[in-house]
Amino acid sequence: MSSIGTGYDLSVTTFSPDGRVFQIEYAAKAVDNSGTVIGIKCKDGIVMGVEKLIASKMMLPGSNRRIHSVHRHSGMAVAGLAADGRQIVARAKSEATNYESVYGEPIPVNELAGRVASYVHLCTLYWWLRPFGCGVILGGYDRDGPQLYMIEPSGISYRYFGAAIGKGKQAAKTEIEKLKLSEMTCREGVIEVAKIIYKVHDEAKDKAFELEMSWVCDESKRLHQKVPDELLEEAKAAARTALEEMDAD
Amino acid sequence: MDLKAPHSMGTTIIGVTYDGGVVLGADSRTSTGMYVANRASDKITQLTDNVYVCRSGSAADSQIVSDYVRYFLHQHTIQLGQPATVKVAANLVRLLSYNNKNMLETGLIVGGWDKYEGGKIYGVPLGGTIIEQPFAIGGSGSSYLYGFFDQAWKEGMTKDEAEQLVVKAVSLAMARDGASGGVVRTVIINSEGVTRNFYPGDKLPLWHEELEPHNSLLDIINASGPEPMHM
Repeated sequence: MSSIGTGYDLSVTTFSPDGRVFQIEYAAKAVDNSGTVIGIKCKDGIVMGVEKLIASKMMLPGSNRRIHSVHRHSGMAVAGLAADGRQIVARAKSEATNYESVYGEPIPVNELAGRVASYVHLCTLYWWLRPFGCGVILGGYDRDGPQLYMIEPSGISYRYFGAAIGKGKQAAKTEIEKLKLSEMTCREGVIEVAKIIYKVHDEAKDKAFELEMSWVCDESKRLHQKVPDELLEEAKAAARTALEEMDAD
Repeated sequence: MDLKAPHSMGTTIIGVTYDGGVVLGADSRTSTGMYVANRASDKITQLTDNVYVCRSGSAADSQIVSDYVRYFLHQHTIQLGQPATVKVAANLVRLLSYNNKNMLETGLIVGGWDKYEGGKIYGVPLGGTIIEQPFAIGGSGSSYLYGFFDQAWKEGMTKDEAEQLVVKAVSLAMARDGASGGVVRTVIINSEGVTRNFYPGDKLPLWHEELEPHNSLLDIINASGPEPMHM
């Protein structure tokens, strides 16, 4: 639903007559133009995956990371303007270490999500600051179990079983809804996320992409880390096979 | 008599974990020099519904630290939406103790129960160290209890065994330490809640010369040797 907010969209401190803040909605469009980012909560942890669209063949594989560790137990996958994403990750890291120095225990994931959301929201309150042009999927594993949160440029943060942002989010959400997440382990989840990303990737519009994945689960000893190489290769192979089977129909 | 000497709690304080919770115990003497300013003080102070702290050293310093920590924990509980853990309470106590070590003189034992770790005891002595222990002792009277605990402490006690151990230990220390005395107070914290108990002089076990009054030296000379202590 696209509408032009002529006159009421010049500043983030202006409401339109129908109660919308257009600058925030435009910021969300920046997120929609980015490669798909997915997160799912399995029974023993979180898996996150990013469709990293490659701008040039000269780029080194593995560079321009889109998933960052925020603390030992949590990580963030970013969609939208990369530089904005770096700021949010830096802030989240700082909040996490500060919490631990004061309270002596790792920051609970819901507390971290709340702080990141407050920070993103802060930047929608002043005319001399522009909103962040990125959405973030935050996955962590604390003493209350694995949790997945998504923070949008408006500063809204919700907790999810499965979340997707970026170009292919609609298709990705449909695929995620088909999964039985409560019965799935993270090992299986990694394969499923890879399949979904390969599936929603638009071959026509975007040429090459690199799949980046991370997890935090019992198998990774509740530490947030890149998915191990052999599992990642297994996932990519399964995804390619699934695509071929689909094409073959 | 130096009535202007700072109120100090030459004290005996104890915290002990048992299978399912903790028992905190303390004597009740607050002294100003040689004068007993309060003979029935309550040295076991509440920080939250599920965490208490035993205070020793300067009465003023330990009270102000407790007050600050209670305030911070209250805000933390509201933000978190659930009770604070014993570890968080102990960490806040030690940050205050450590960062103000030049100005404070207080040894604290933080004890409580939370749903993640169960019953826990943390010792925060003078310099602001924090150490998690199955049991902790503090205050001037604790000097007399190190050997006693080495012998009497065991893992996996029941609630009643733990409380009896604490009462016995505090009363032993009160018998030997001039700066500890009065009554014994205990606080038991577990998943069901908090129970406060009070043991006045007549409820405490008797020790050594307290057992038999001596009317004449002849009684002492003719009597057999003291019984060895039974545990």
